[in-house]
Amino acid sequence: MNRYLAVKLGEALLAIWGVVTIVFFVSRVLGDPAVLLLPVGADQQEIDALRISLGLDRPILEQYAVSMFAMLRGDFGISFQHTRPAMDVVLERMPATVELAGTALLFGTLIGGAAGAVAALKRGTISEFIVMIAALLGQATPVFWLGIMLILVFSVDLGWLPTGGSGTIAHLVLPGLTLAVFVSASIARLLRSSLLDIMREDYVRTARAKGLMPRTVFFWHIARNALIPVVTMIGIIAGELLGGSVVIETVFAWPGVGRIIMQAIQAQDFPVIQAGVALVAAIFILINLLVDLLYGVLDPRISRQ
Amino acid sequence: MKSFFLALLKSRAGLFGFVLVAVFVLAALLAPYLGLPVPTRSNLVARMAAPTWTGLFSPGAHPLGTDELGRDILSRIVYGSRVTLTIATAAVVLGGIVGTLLGIVAGYYRGMVDRLLMRIVDIQLALPLMLLALLVIAALGPSTTNLVVVLALTSWLRYARIIRGQVLALREREFVLSAHAIGAGTWRIMIKHLLPNVLTPALVIATLELARIIIMDAALSFLGLGVQPPNPSWGRMLADGRVYISTAWWIVTFPGVAILLTVLSVNLLGDWLRDYFDPKLRTMR
Repeated sequence: MNRYLAVKLGEALLAIWGVVTIVFFVSRVLGDPAVLLLPVGADQQEIDALRISLGLDRPILEQYAVSMFAMLRGDFGISFQHTRPAMDVVLERMPATVELAGTALLFGTLIGGAAGAVAALKRGTISEFIVMIAALLGQATPVFWLGIMLILVFSVDLGWLPTGGSGTIAHLVLPGLTLAVFVSASIARLLRSSLLDIMREDYVRTARAKGLMPRTVFFWHIARNALIPVVTMIGIIAGELLGGSVVIETVFAWPGVGRIIMQAIQAQDFPVIQAGVALVAAIFILINLLVDLLYGVLDPRISRQ
Repeated sequence: MKSFFLALLKSRAGLFGFVLVAVFVLAALLAPYLGLPVPTRSNLVARMAAPTWTGLFSPGAHPLGTDELGRDILSRIVYGSRVTLTIATAAVVLGGIVGTLLGIVAGYYRGMVDRLLMRIVDIQLALPLMLLALLVIAALGPSTTNLVVVLALTSWLRYARIIRGQVLALREREFVLSAHAIGAGTWRIMIKHLLPNVLTPALVIATLELARIIIMDAALSFLGLGVQPPNPSWGRMLADGRVYISTAWWIVTFPGVAILLTVLSVNLLGDWLRDYFDPKLRTMR
């Protein structure tokens, strides 16, 4: 088990290093931030001076080595735009993203889980049909358009909720609902097909044949195994949501991580891009690690290997 | 082939998806012959005209209304579908070819090649796709070619992972072992013996990926990083129409409906293909 954990941790660190390296080199292609930072009409001397003070005149590999060592110490540099440590700029946006992602995940998982279970258990009934149609529509709807439609109905026409911004529960309802629809649609479909697959297994028939109560069979034999792909899916979705859903944050003017990274890309603010992507990747990898450990609980065979 | 279409006819969902996809593809191909107004021609007299269903076939009719410049929305959606479907198909083909070949190579050679490739997949998986796409588009600039490359880049690893798994099992089968025994070269085994056996899962993944890529393409052009104006694109229409949401709901509604219907039909077709060819792929997305 410890060896398993050590290998997984090593892989995680390797992946974070890879991500940071890719982002470092891709973001250097974006353009010259010195030109952007200075007012229009600054002469070449001023540009050169700023480039030297930002360290942009050094050979690219030297810049890479310097920023890698700095990052190991948790120093991602100073944001060109905000003139504050880049990691602080990104971390400030984290609570808003966590709030939105948490809401969407909680409601999406509850609704999607219940709907998926109903669809599998009430096979061939009108309930299954309704759940499946709703899930198909939910998966096919582009989230940003759904967000705009909800704004149209609940903010513009009915005037019940704000069109964007953050701060109160009312601000959270529409973006949370939009993302929850997407989450629950994916989970409902996956849980249903996963449950149906497991119900066909021989050991489920054996469990029924030896006279176990249907509830025991469902929770101990079926649900536990059917949850494995669903847990993976929830992990992937959680990672994506915590990385900030750029489009939803744009639609609802939500001050989250996705939007700050997007703004940093547009402004070519390298340190913020670097800090933001490193943070997002680290969260994603951490969640995957947790999912791997959860497998071990759901299916003890995996951790014993 | 005959049994394939018979099975398709029997499945209501699959047939529905197939027919809708066929209609969209035909409309995109035949767009110039459908008698639609020019999608880029503005008409300031008819700005933000509401959808009207009377006199549908008269020249000035706008069944889905007009946008803020008086351009016909139906026409822009149909012409926009040409752009979207071309980009999405090109990206699916590119990502599919690269991913399938890399999956075969990794599964067949195993060892270092396999480990290296899987590490690259892990690294890319840790980067949210949207951020990766934003970063690369921002670095390369928004052009049709770059868009195709970026979308393919977000897609190849799904093929690579699943196909690698299948090849790992296939390479131990008798027909591969005997091909090896009679002296067939590595390339010959990979192309003649392994590739035909993984084409079906590749096709299934491709259909499901097409749906995802259409949404992603719309999201990128919604953020202003897709096809540049004046070419109509669904995501851009949504972004532009958002401003007029309180006065002209149709500008922002119909492009979204177009995306929804396209993705829905491709998904239905993809789900059916998967269930028909290989139900085991169901929980492997």
